[in-house]
Amino acid sequence: MDFAFLYSTMKALLAATPTTIGLFSLSVFFGGLLALVIVTMRVSNNIIARNFAKGYIFVFRGSPLLIQMFLVFYGLGQFGVIRHSFVWPALREPFICAVLSLALCTAGYSAEIFRSGLRAVPPGEVEAARAAGMSGFLLLRRIIAPIALRHALPAYSTEIVLMVKSTALASLVTVWEITGVAQRLISQTYRTMEIFLCAAALYLLLNFIILQALSLLENRLNRHHRRPTERKPSVMNALFGARP
Amino acid sequence: MSATPRLSVRNIRKSFGAHEVLRGISLDAHDGDVISVLGASGSGKSTFLRCINMLESADDGDVIVSGEKITMKTTSQGRGAANRKQLDRIRTELGMVFQSFNLWSHMTILENIIEGPVHVQKRPRAECIAEAEALLEKVGIADRKDYYPAHLSGGQKQRAAIARSLAMKPKVILFDEPTSALDPELVGEVLRVMRDLAAEKMTMLVVTHEMGFARNVSNRVIFMRDGLIDCQGTPDDMFGGQGSPYFQQFIRHMETENDAA
Repeated sequence: MDFAFLYSTMKALLAATPTTIGLFSLSVFFGGLLALVIVTMRVSNNIIARNFAKGYIFVFRGSPLLIQMFLVFYGLGQFGVIRHSFVWPALREPFICAVLSLALCTAGYSAEIFRSGLRAVPPGEVEAARAAGMSGFLLLRRIIAPIALRHALPAYSTEIVLMVKSTALASLVTVWEITGVAQRLISQTYRTMEIFLCAAALYLLLNFIILQALSLLENRLNRHHRRPTERKPSVMNALFGARP
Repeated sequence: MSATPRLSVRNIRKSFGAHEVLRGISLDAHDGDVISVLGASGSGKSTFLRCINMLESADDGDVIVSGEKITMKTTSQGRGAANRKQLDRIRTELGMVFQSFNLWSHMTILENIIEGPVHVQKRPRAECIAEAEALLEKVGIADRKDYYPAHLSGGQKQRAAIARSLAMKPKVILFDEPTSALDPELVGEVLRVMRDLAAEKMTMLVVTHEMGFARNVSNRVIFMRDGLIDCQGTPDDMFGGQGSPYFQQFIRHMETENDAA
């Protein structure tokens, strides 16, 4: 084992990790926001909005993310309108193109995950809220969204983990994240095995941390399924205080 | 008796597709009235109750609460309340207790009870908590306030649901078959709470199959058949043989059911 080499590889890959985390967190954040818009359209009564959302979900779930990314990175520049508009300085940046295509793609999946959460909200609990004088945003915020979130979280956790791995594709549009840096190192040293194993270990570590955080959140949100005696002190309680 | 009824329902009609479920129902409830609504299943009594607080919107007819009529409008989506703010406000005056409790599963019992007062009525949280604890004491589940609904028995859940509707300080409470989803041994604890409310002069409209409650607690019994009020009167008159032949047949049937059980 060439520990010195592994060490220098890890150091180079760790230096690229903030880029991976940036790609991931920005695209999950903006993709999540966009998913909220899409799911609102998808469940609305307006037939145009509903069909637009259906089409959006079909296109972004149905085509390869890599092609979507190439279309955004190489394709958009072909349009003079875009090249001469104020968005061009941003769209010239590979990082921004990667975040944009990752966000557009995850929005399609997340919208469907959120919709399954909405469908799982018991109609009777919504009726009880209406009967108590709730409507509109208050009803959404206090009753529908919290229940839907609890149902959607397990599937959404999976989507988030997939997003961490999808950031690797950004290397193909010249973003120097973990996979891109790994390939550059391989082209310099031809030591494929060690370098990719280091990269894989980093992705595993990232996902391990993310999954732990998500399962803590899920555990906390699902307290109503456990008997009171099963409630244990948790990190979340320590951080945010026990609720009544 | 006061001049304006607390709740007045005028000529409610409702169809589901070609099936006319309610064919013109009117009713006045004054303060302190406890009205039992009886009828075979399919007679429209639950739909009638749900039309009062607009969980179903009636095709025709008016609902007037404390003299204020719920304004209606008809759009391409159908008929509904014209003014959401007015509807929300009037709904806070009409409590509702459901057959299947419908407590909010993600909140503790205490959180369920203070939800409406704090977030709809915007009252101070501390005051609401104190009132909620008193209400839980009153319905006999004070020790369950930090439990989630999933950890309560049916009878406890329904008593919590009654406390939740009382917390809004409603003028009228609508009960939609409150004991029908309960195991027989749990029915009594819920009926006891309802009897206490009646004794405190709470105005109640109760769709029920509990003949004992209709006969002993309510001051008026309404019998619905095929979307119409078939007959109504005081419990003494109705159960003393003055109801319509259909009602006589209905109570005979209910008694044999109970005997068979």
